[in-house]
Amino acid sequence: MRMVLYASLLVIALVALWLLLPTQSQAATTHHVTIDAAQYEFSPGRIEVAQGDEVIITLTASDVVHGLYLDGYDIEQQVLPGVSQQIRFFADQPGKFRYRCSVSCGALHPFMIGELVVSSNAPFRQAVAAVLLAVAGSIFYLSRFRSSQNEQGSETTRA
Amino acid sequence: MAADTRVDVLRRLPLLARLLKSRAFQPALMLLTLFVFTLAILTGWFGTPAGSRNFGIVFVWIVWWALLIVILVPFFGRLWCMICPIPAPGEWLQRRGIIRRAPGKLRSLHRRWDRRLKNMWLQNFGFLTIATFSAIILTRPNISAWVLFGFIVLAIVLSLIFDNRVFCRYVCPVGGFIGLYAMMAPIELRARDCAACKAHRTKDCVTGSAAGYGCPWMVYPGNLQRNTYCGLCMECLKTCPKDNITIRVRPVGADLLVMKEHRLDEAYKAFIMLACALLYSVVLLGPWGWLKDAANMESLPAWAAYAAAFWGINLLVLPGMFGGVTIIARFAAKQTAPLRQLFIDYAYALVPLGLAAWIAFSLGFVFANGSYALSVISDPFGWGWNLFGTAELSWTPILPGAVNLLQMGVLTGGLLFGINVIHRVAAHHSPGRALHATLPFAGLLTTLTLVFLWLYLG
Ligand code: SF4
Ligand SMILES: [Cu+2]
Repeated sequence: MRMVLYASLLVIALVALWLLLPTQSQAATTHHVTIDAAQYEFSPGRIEVAQGDEVIITLTASDVVHGLYLDGYDIEQQVLPGVSQQIRFFADQPGKFRYRCSVSCGALHPFMIGELVVSSNAPFRQAVAAVLLAVAGSIFYLSRFRSSQNEQGSETTRA
Repeated sequence: MAADTRVDVLRRLPLLARLLKSRAFQPALMLLTLFVFTLAILTGWFGTPAGSRNFGIVFVWIVWWALLIVILVPFFGRLWCMICPIPAPGEWLQRRGIIRRAPGKLRSLHRRWDRRLKNMWLQNFGFLTIATFSAIILTRPNISAWVLFGFIVLAIVLSLIFDNRVFCRYVCPVGGFIGLYAMMAPIELRARDCAACKAHRTKDCVTGSAAGYGCPWMVYPGNLQRNTYCGLCMECLKTCPKDNITIRVRPVGADLLVMKEHRLDEAYKAFIMLACALLYSVVLLGPWGWLKDAANMESLPAWAAYAAAFWGINLLVLPGMFGGVTIIARFAAKQTAPLRQLFIDYAYALVPLGLAAWIAFSLGFVFANGSYALSVISDPFGWGWNLFGTAELSWTPILPGAVNLLQMGVLTGGLLFGINVIHRVAAHHSPGRALHATLPFAGLLTTLTLVFLWLYLG
């Protein structure tokens, strides 16, 4: 039984380590995306590119004035209905970055949010790996060091 | 977690003790928050309807909220309830005094609060109701102000009918989750020596004395073991003639393991709070416009479906999943306690994870929108004022790069703490096979954490 547990913990730890391996990168490409802003949504709401790619966004607005602020890249562009705008940048940092409306456009404006995911999204992989390692580690700790000393359940109280 | 690892703060800081014993201390802070609260209502009613330009919205739902869930509750438990303005007018009316201890009994109709309501269920349903309308309440200054006003009116009405803080203890939807998460705090108000309380005939902390009122929260400090229902009002500190009350620093989350006080209404509070943190992260911070439209009541049928799903996930889906895992754990660990008991006991492991999830969710919008606070403080009504010269500051997200890291750290901490609570509860029910019960729950908690991580980082 113990052995099965330790084997499973080992598998979890290996999965975590695998997540930490560097992924091989492909040749950089250029993405042309049109993002339309309307109350209270960007469409598309999620864009996925690879690290190093060039991204060219054509930004339009279909109802009122909106804007696009890209977290982490510090890019900001306002857009009027009927007048499209271009945003051009290189996706040089990996991770998930939210683009948010930057012009108060109505009630739900603060929650008008889209996502740019720059793969291989190392921060997310690292976070998952960290969680898995931490859980495996704490289960290992509980099985080795806690079980025996806590057998009596002495620390809890029930009248 | 023996008592000797706890540090008696008031013995070390006599000046703090004197401050807390002063009758003017709490009312002074309440007057301050009451002023801000009144301003929030007035700006909501008469100020600009643009939420991000309105003091009421920005100070209540960004500044106060962040302060409450990221700092006050995790570090100081119910400290907010010490300075909360909502019960203040009612309490002062009941006492016929603000600072001095008015002699005699409280003034109210002295009705008795129904026994069936002496629990968190009203707070559970109150929170769910408000949460179902949150996309509206959080973003419309006018509606938000009416909700705040409604709170204060309800608190006054209840204080005219019932003695003490019935509103805070059994009704306030905020008070419910503050009480739940206050169990995590590293501080506690307790009696120094419970035997001394037992021997003390007159129990001034309950009955009141010339020095102060009987506990407004209807708690007996003498055998207090958890922070959940102590509002840190400090009356008992003033009334106790034996100087037997103190504030201690203690291990984080110690209250979660006081097994004899576990109850179904509190367990449900834990489910509801965790589920709401998840749903808010999906609806408000996610990229799905159709969900926001439904939450924003763009069409009634869509909103009804959204509300039904919201309540279903809170009251059935998450508790159902948890119940399923409880069955597996009970079987695996050969536990003999009734399933209901185990279900309740294990649910307290969701408290650290839920608090972590709320912190992570809040970081996600507080850093992004915190800069509005600087402009609205100069122009609270959005009328073009510029009191402090900061009205024109533009919106700038603060530290967008650090938020993900913080969210991940907080969630991991909550998860590990939760697994630890599961293991201790399991060790209580099946000493030899604690790990058998821990593993299925560890799987569930880890899955939930990964879902949050995916929402924020994935
Ligand atoms: S319970 Fe509610 S009204 Fe009472 S003090 Fe706490 S937050 Fe304020
Ligand atoms: Cu917009």
